[in-house]
Amino acid sequence: MDEMQESIKNYVVKEYVEDDTELTFDSPLISGGIVDSFSMVSLKRFLENKYNISIPDDKATPEAFDSVNKICALVREYVK
Amino acid sequence: MAYTDKTRGMYSEILTGLKSAGLFKQERYIHSAQAADIEVEFPAGASLKKVINICANNYLGMSSHPEVVKAAHEGLDSHGYGMSSVRFICGTQDIHRTLEQMVTKFLGTEDTILFPSCMDANAGVFEAVLTKDDVMISDRLVHASIIDGIRLCSAMHDTFKHSDMEHLEEKLQLHNDKRLKCVITDGVFSMDGDTARLDKMVELCEKYDALLFVDDSHSSGFIGKTGRGTHEHCGVMGKIDILTTTFGKGLGGASGGCVSGRKELVEMCRQKARPYLFSNTIAPPVVAGVIKVLEILSASTDRRDKLESNTAFWRKGLIDAGLIIKAGDTPIVPVMLFNAKLAQDVSRDLYDEGIYAIGFFFPVVPQGQARIRTQISAGHEINHLEKALDAFRKVGKKYNILGKTKLEIIEMYGM
Repeated sequence: MDEMQESIKNYVVKEYVEDDTELTFDSPLISGGIVDSFSMVSLKRFLENKYNISIPDDKATPEAFDSVNKICALVREYVK
Repeated sequence: MAYTDKTRGMYSEILTGLKSAGLFKQERYIHSAQAADIEVEFPAGASLKKVINICANNYLGMSSHPEVVKAAHEGLDSHGYGMSSVRFICGTQDIHRTLEQMVTKFLGTEDTILFPSCMDANAGVFEAVLTKDDVMISDRLVHASIIDGIRLCSAMHDTFKHSDMEHLEEKLQLHNDKRLKCVITDGVFSMDGDTARLDKMVELCEKYDALLFVDDSHSSGFIGKTGRGTHEHCGVMGKIDILTTTFGKGLGGASGGCVSGRKELVEMCRQKARPYLFSNTIAPPVVAGVIKVLEILSASTDRRDKLESNTAFWRKGLIDAGLIIKAGDTPIVPVMLFNAKLAQDVSRDLYDEGIYAIGFFFPVVPQGQARIRTQISAGHEINHLEKALDAFRKVGKKYNILGKTKLEIIEMYGM
């Protein structure tokens, strides 16, 4: 577990989880119905602001955002 | 393309799947005019049954109001059946503009444009006024027609938790770099019957320089002291930038809708909104009927006052009976049953008792929040509501849910 995983997980829980669903780093976010595809935009903006990166729209796919670990992998591609 | 056996089989399989999942919708044929007392054929081929209707959007009882019916007849005689044209070619009559001006005055806005339905108004408005440089920030429980309109618009889209003003403010801060921010909400939410906090939303929109969009379809005509809508109720008349509503509920019950609000935004719709540009507008007899509805509602608040007292009677009756309802003061009163099968069983038994009310369950409402949605009307008399309460008590007793908590009901029937 690293700081990025924890930080992104905390954001997802605060932003999208409205009951007591337990979230792991591999929980399916989009395909599991936790994050709706409309709400991905705020997640993308959060990541861009926090890590000072720019994620191209064609890389911000539902698949790439489907778990905390997948999001971390995407972010690491753009962090200098 | 030939409609092959393979194609037919594919669709049959999908429809069978809907049936086995309990998601197949069946129409019930009503053989009378829409009213508190109706005659229903259900299932198809069954003999007619007289029932009390407590699931229509006929909030003000205008669907069969004799003066409205008479006005529609007169409109048919004077202006014909249809226009055979979209508005900007040769489909605009004097009465269309008259209705737009009357709606503007009634809602306290700057201008109004008619659409064939509020579904069309919501489908067309965002694309007409926003671009890819803008952001739409919507409540997570807005109506499906708004979701469709948002999908058709190139602006960025984000959401905030239902009625959570702190979360909305965070989103306004997050997107503060966009050219335009548009906050989007229902006035009264159709499934829970709760009311948007428009006073706070106006405050936030002013603070962050954002537009405010409100769909007041379940409010126009009866929410607020003189029935102008949620903006009147919240004390923010004149401060809603884009207001959409329908003439298919409180304001008559036939069909049609509109976008009302800032005159430049309304003009943008007249120039660019595709459902306005590429579809015939509201038919003349319906226009004449809605004009009469607005005349009646502008002259007296008797009907919305009666609806208010009927609603209070109904809510108290359900609570006294020991049923769980969603808190609020609107005529949308969900009776919470939590379990989908229980909601369907209660609906069927109520029908047997002469009460027409429908069960709603996932995916129309969230999992574990199945309910009977009841809707009260000024067309109901107290004896209608007393009969309906008797039926709820009888059916509630049968299922042993009277006086039970949510947890106890879930323990008995599951989520």
